[in-house]
Amino acid sequence: MVPGPVQAIGFVALVFVQAVALYAGYGVLERTIGPAIIEKLGNA
Amino acid sequence: MEVLGLSVAYLVLFVSFGFMVGVFFGFFGMGGSFLVTPALLILEYPAPVAIGSSMAFVFGTAVIATMKHHDVGQVDYKLGALMFVGIALGIEAGKMLVYGLEAIGQAEVVVGTAYVVLLAVIGVLFLRSAINQSSDDGDEPQSGDDIPEIAKKIKSYNIPPMVTLTDGSKASMWTISGVGGGVGVVSGFLGVGGGFIRMPAIYYLIGVPLAAAVGTSLFGALMSGAVGTFTYGLDGVVDFGVVTALLAGSALGARIGSGATAYVDEDDVTIYFGIMLLLASLAVGLGELANWLAMPILDTASFVLLVGSSAFVTTVIFYYGAQAVRTKDVGPSATAGGHE
Repeated sequence: MVPGPVQAIGFVALVFVQAVALYAGYGVLERTIGPAIIEKLGNA
Repeated sequence: MEVLGLSVAYLVLFVSFGFMVGVFFGFFGMGGSFLVTPALLILEYPAPVAIGSSMAFVFGTAVIATMKHHDVGQVDYKLGALMFVGIALGIEAGKMLVYGLEAIGQAEVVVGTAYVVLLAVIGVLFLRSAINQSSDDGDEPQSGDDIPEIAKKIKSYNIPPMVTLTDGSKASMWTISGVGGGVGVVSGFLGVGGGFIRMPAIYYLIGVPLAAAVGTSLFGALMSGAVGTFTYGLDGVVDFGVVTALLAGSALGARIGSGATAYVDEDDVTIYFGIMLLLASLAVGLGELANWLAMPILDTASFVLLVGSSAFVTTVIFYYGAQAVRTKDVGPSATAGGHE
């Protein structure tokens, strides 16, 4: 079945939401464990 | 067992490949999308699916990059909006070209061959840049507000309708539409963001100062990606499992790549990136040859070459980064903000 324009806009919105969620999620991860990893590497 | 419509092996592969592509994007400010379509072609995805999925990936990475550079980037939104029609028409034309070639059974061959040439040319440019990096020829204007002579000459031609850009200068709507349309065709045909031609085109042909050209090009990638996702999505050829897996890896990779710019001198790694692009060109060529000669072993070699060379360059960036952290001679404040 070929998607219609509404579904195609839904695809665009889905990718947008995914990208925003991933950016925010990894941002939290970076702030939480980033400094510890850098410090560990520096002391290795 | 399948996740997002992908086998576990493919899921791991796409997340890992996305991670490497993200590291390149974060570190070099480019190199993302033009590795994805060839990888999907090598994995035997039909050309429209490879290109459509790559366009959706471009959109996702452009959203991430725009958020990342929201505070530091200068964007000429008016120019971006004026280019939109050209970009949309160009992508549609590029897509029609793909489907026209698909109808005669030549899409994979032509798109693959285009990638062999594209990757080789960009690879050679990176190698040349790496070799010449010590001798800065000074041809480029150093100020972010300057524009090159060729742009001044093009701007001097008064071909109506003329529009006023954000910086107060004027440009012909024909030049703006031509740039938007030309880049759109390349985006729609190859499934790339097209930043590697859009940014120079905005700078050299439309005459937007370099600092604003980078941000405006990013805005253009956002529009190209959105239009490409929509137009290929209409045909149901965007594989969302592939896009999700690639984005999951690349969003993390882009953060690490961008962070690595604070520790690693780009000049140390550029030559490896150039070699990687040449190997990627060879990999796509081998993939084409595998189909032509019906030799699956060449397909395997092609895949190993593409993923292996990407993994090697990622490792090199990490190695230099770890060395720099250990010696503690540089820190996050050195070049924070990345290459854009």
